[in-house]
Amino acid sequence: MLSFNVKYRKKTWISRRLKEKLIHGFFFFNGIISVIVLLGIFALLIFTSIPAFKEVNLKEFLFGIQWNPTAYVKNSYGILPMLASTFMVTLGALFIAIPLGVGTAAYLSDVASPRVREITKPIIEILAGIPSVVIGFLGIVLVGPFIAKVFGTHNGLNALNGSILLAVMALPTIISISEDTLTNIPDSYNQASLALGATKWQTIIKVKIPAGLSGIIAACMLGMGRAIGETMTVLMATGCAPAMPESFLGPVRTLTSSIAIELGEVAYNTTHYYALFALGLVLFIITFLVNLTSDIILHKYEKVNR
Amino acid sequence: MRKIRIGLIGLIICLIFMTSPAFAEDMIQIKGSDTLINLVQRLAEVYMEEYPGSYIAVTGGGSGTGVAALINKKCDIANASRLMKAKEVAQAIDNGVQVNRVVVAVDGLSVITNGNNPIKQLTTDEIGKIFRGEVTNWKDVGGEDMAITLYGRQSNSGTYGFFMETVLKGDYSQKMNQMNGNAQIVEAIKQDRSGIGYVGVGYVKQSTGLTVLKVAARAGGIYASPLDSDDVKTGVYPISRPLHQYVNGTPKGAVKDFLAFEVSAEGQKIVEEEGFFPIPKEYKELNSKIGL
Repeated sequence: MLSFNVKYRKKTWISRRLKEKLIHGFFFFNGIISVIVLLGIFALLIFTSIPAFKEVNLKEFLFGIQWNPTAYVKNSYGILPMLASTFMVTLGALFIAIPLGVGTAAYLSDVASPRVREITKPIIEILAGIPSVVIGFLGIVLVGPFIAKVFGTHNGLNALNGSILLAVMALPTIISISEDTLTNIPDSYNQASLALGATKWQTIIKVKIPAGLSGIIAACMLGMGRAIGETMTVLMATGCAPAMPESFLGPVRTLTSSIAIELGEVAYNTTHYYALFALGLVLFIITFLVNLTSDIILHKYEKVNR
Repeated sequence: MRKIRIGLIGLIICLIFMTSPAFAEDMIQIKGSDTLINLVQRLAEVYMEEYPGSYIAVTGGGSGTGVAALINKKCDIANASRLMKAKEVAQAIDNGVQVNRVVVAVDGLSVITNGNNPIKQLTTDEIGKIFRGEVTNWKDVGGEDMAITLYGRQSNSGTYGFFMETVLKGDYSQKMNQMNGNAQIVEAIKQDRSGIGYVGVGYVKQSTGLTVLKVAARAGGIYASPLDSDDVKTGVYPISRPLHQYVNGTPKGAVKDFLAFEVSAEGQKIVEEEGFFPIPKEYKELNSKIGL
């Protein structure tokens, strides 16, 4: 009887250790696989981009102001107008989304009654789930004609339209994360400020938002990441003319929409094909830099707060 | 929905194809141009109904995708709304693929403006100037004083290239809005009084709020409409193009049967129902060279 018991215990002990090991391995595998995939994508982009530079020199690629890969006379592969367009549309979106988003977050965390907050927050999160094609469609049938009417232009396919739509798409991210940050600020900050005679407005602007700045900046950076990488919406709403953008009321063409619009019908293994991968690489580097910057800012503020 | 279903059927057939070689001989894979996809799908459906036991899977992705698949021997027929480029032909030869071309239909490209624009007809020369960006105001071609907004296709679509080579004979204005498909151009021009664009005839037949311009090959010539089937067939309408299918080598067996069906009187009737035009004589001769 006794021997049986010992044997039994030993067996469970071994199987438990094995189980632990398996679980450990499983999680390690999950962790490492995203790293592998990321490196794989990066390697693929680099190796597929390189052949483009046999025919196009790097300077012409980065600073050329004409993108015309299927020209009648001479092909050109300058991405400067697209870089300018991407930044224009993204900055425009942030210009609209940050005040609106942070304002909404402050309202939800400090002003709104719990009941309003309970209803509003899920609704804002649903906004994040709307497919980008649907938002692009709204840009064509709703925002575009509205812009055309307000500004007296013939059509609404322009950078402003793209910025408004991207702002709508970035809002849920910015609101959600900013609101979490503001809610998590210790109540003592709030009470100390009010006890010193500050009004609620002064408390929000001068105490709570500065205290939660790292989280708010991270929220805005994530929103920016979404805006830069968004494809379908800008493709549908901005007109996609390859010329250098002149104003917010003129058509623009971002890096993402160029890739999306041309990759489907490009002849494989041609300079044009490789150049589109080079565009992808540039986009990858930009989003990487945005994420890196937000990380550095976050850490800096964390240190200050300590 | 139809596309999804055919895609699914294609997938299932692919699976069967992989496991049992018995089906392989009757199975036809067609891939390529988005201009041709609806037409070829319709042709394939009718063919499969008439000849039970035949399997045809039609997918899109663009002319470039189709040609690339043919070069890599991943499909039997490549739909293309443009001719293969020299580089693609060279790649095909390297891969041991000997490409042959079949013309299945003719597409009239229509030039469209907003219904409220008083301009109803232009010459190809004027259209060329407008799209090259040399004429930027409607008053210069006899219209009202209003800046022109250009709408076209993305730079590697077959339609873009064809229009550039036959009408522009030069580079497009960099200010042309590049739209992702025919339907988007139609929608944009319906809303934009100052707009002009080009789309396949099939896309404007049932549209309201648009003017399909009558086009003359030269000043003083006859202005013809792409909606008039006779003008396109006889070549009076100046902007029409053949739609191609590429095959590897001389077509045999199931592929040959299907191609023969496409160019037959019955197939050409479907071509007309789908908004395209039947094959003219010169291309019939080309087709007959590979036994069709």
